[in-house]
Amino acid sequence: MAQLDTPIEERDISAGARFIAWLGRIFLAAIIPLIAFLVIYAGFIFLRDSDAPRWVITIIAIIWGVGGIALLYWVFNGIVERLPDEWTLRLQPFVFVGPAIAILLWYLTLPVYRTFWLSLFDRDGFPGDFTVFNPLTWPAAIQSESFVGVTNYVAIFTERLLQESFRNNLMWIVFGSTMSVVTGLFVAWLADRSKFERVSKSLIFLPMAISFVGASVIWNFMYEVRPIDAPQIGVFNAIVVALGGQPQLWDKWVAIAPWNNLFLILIVIWLQTGFSMVLFSAALKGIPEEIIEASRVDGATEIQIFFRIMIPSIMATIITVWTTIVIFTLKIFDIVWVMTGGQFGTHVIATQFYRQSFTARNSGFGSAIAIILLLTVIPVLIYNLRQFREGEAF
Amino acid sequence: MTGITVNYVGDKEFEGRLSIAVDAGNPPDIVDFPQPGLLANFARQGYVIDPTTYIPEDWLTQQYNQSWLDMATMEGQIAGVWHRYNGKSLVWYPKAVFDAAGYEVPETWDELLALTQMIADDGDTAWCIGIESGAATGWTATDWTEEMMLRTTSVAGTLPFSSPEVKNAIETWSEIWFNPDYVFGGTDTIVSTAFDDSPAPMFEDPPRCWLHRQGNFITGSFPEGAEPGVDYDFFYLPPVNDEYGRPFLVAGDIMSQFNDRPEVNALMEYFTVPESAVGWLANDSALAAHQTTPLEFYGPGLRGIAELAAAATSFRFDASDLMPGEVGAGSFWTGMTDYVSGLSDLDTALAEIDASWPQ
Repeated sequence: MAQLDTPIEERDISAGARFIAWLGRIFLAAIIPLIAFLVIYAGFIFLRDSDAPRWVITIIAIIWGVGGIALLYWVFNGIVERLPDEWTLRLQPFVFVGPAIAILLWYLTLPVYRTFWLSLFDRDGFPGDFTVFNPLTWPAAIQSESFVGVTNYVAIFTERLLQESFRNNLMWIVFGSTMSVVTGLFVAWLADRSKFERVSKSLIFLPMAISFVGASVIWNFMYEVRPIDAPQIGVFNAIVVALGGQPQLWDKWVAIAPWNNLFLILIVIWLQTGFSMVLFSAALKGIPEEIIEASRVDGATEIQIFFRIMIPSIMATIITVWTTIVIFTLKIFDIVWVMTGGQFGTHVIATQFYRQSFTARNSGFGSAIAIILLLTVIPVLIYNLRQFREGEAF
Repeated sequence: MTGITVNYVGDKEFEGRLSIAVDAGNPPDIVDFPQPGLLANFARQGYVIDPTTYIPEDWLTQQYNQSWLDMATMEGQIAGVWHRYNGKSLVWYPKAVFDAAGYEVPETWDELLALTQMIADDGDTAWCIGIESGAATGWTATDWTEEMMLRTTSVAGTLPFSSPEVKNAIETWSEIWFNPDYVFGGTDTIVSTAFDDSPAPMFEDPPRCWLHRQGNFITGSFPEGAEPGVDYDFFYLPPVNDEYGRPFLVAGDIMSQFNDRPEVNALMEYFTVPESAVGWLANDSALAAHQTTPLEFYGPGLRGIAELAAAATSFRFDASDLMPGEVGAGSFWTGMTDYVSGLSDLDTALAEIDASWPQ
């Protein structure tokens, strides 16, 4: 609106006044952002260094955080709207996504960068005067004793426990995500033709509402083992003993290692089947009825319809769901930590990372594991996003 | 009344949570470390405040036996003040039924093995053993190893885990653990039975097991209403070889300070007097680390243990708690669990513990 009105007004005012208005506009465009940045920076310094009581700091942090973002938005939006129309259109999206990108940089990219540096040092991390952002301090740090280069990465690929973790993570991917997809698809297909579709789908979806930790606690009781002549309180062993068998250790059963991992993987299947079922169910309903009718007329069996028509039609969804669960299982931590603490040959990459970083306080080794975990997740993530963008996945 | 309010936060993931809090620059004021080895890591990184900056050293030497002060000295500073400790070299048994069955308290390791066999011959399993403890699974096995080390060898200096002395110590307790006739539920259930659930079968009628080795804190997990001296009692885990006397294994809690504020200092000062541990002493759950503790502070159940500790020929701190975090709170536990569960043989397990020792 402002731009439309201006020319009419300008006709009546002198060149000098126009100059002052122009100066004023520059002043507003430059000084207001400057003041805003100063206020935000002062808030940051206060929060970092202040000795004020906790509650004062908390309140100021909230005002600073929420108010700061609003202020930034207002300032940037103001600047952009003052620009020529063409530029306003071009830059306005950045005003909206800018804060998100900045936060992503601050909380994700920078920590990754710092973690990478940490992984090149030994257990105590950086030498005293090192800053990751100051290249001048790099040479001294690299020559210092605590710089170990790729030693941590070599250790990752040579230590038995780490190799065991990689093997287990692979099992999680192969069995965990595949079985979640297969059971989810199967249930979606069956439920689609059932009278009790709603009830059955709700029941299978229910575990999705339970956290990984909660589910692990539940399954710990399911796997509970008691001596054979004591009453069994775990469902699995109660059944086995009732059938005349010996109580088994299930997830702690090292005699069958590494297959005892499957009893942990079962938990994630139980949790994730509902997720894949819901998406597959929606995808199956999206297949045009005419195609299926036509194939029936042509004499295709139900099995043929399922494999030759339904699966190819929803392939994009299958791949997206599968890769999503692969990412879950690559990062799996909670279930292993609660159930076995990584013992009995069940360590995964994430539990090893936690152990090294926080129990052993070996920040270099822990960071190296974190970087490797990130590197393994990224390709899957990219593939997942590409599928998501190309196909009408969901 | 000082007007200081203490907020206590307990956590099963203590090791991890504390590291995160310290790294984030937001450490708790005072940390109760059950494992001085873990504390040493923080002391090395310069996070721990030396209490002698405001408590006179004379006062500390008056309150504590020198060996406690030595154990609190890490990385060239006093890293905290000892508060309370547990006696570990104890075997619990259901006294009334034990006596009625005609069993006798063993005085030597051979007598203990004979008693174990006698109970097996009577158709029962003698021992209740459980080492499951969440992410800390395995620590009970490290205790047994330390007990046997103290009873089968005398070491000056340090030994690698793979040395014959350590192997021999572990094989000594393995004689009991790996005999399915000796352990309630068999060897397999040891790794999956929570340490604090494990003594429960001892209190069934008739008892399903008769012996349980654990520190004095385990009485807190005994069934409610079980009466000391009637329903249960304890004896000293007998020596294997007389040559090494009657060693007594202990583990204790050291209070360490991470924030320097007057009220925090005041609380630290309070921890140096036995009155601060009176709650534990009166209900039989720990002994006070202070040498000035009057006997009447103790409840009836603990006086015996205090006497046992006094009669011991040597007094040794739990070794795994003194080791660096990655061993004492990591690979030693894991190694013992792997060995007991059969995942790896003893040589492999010990070699891996050695390999994990930080350079």
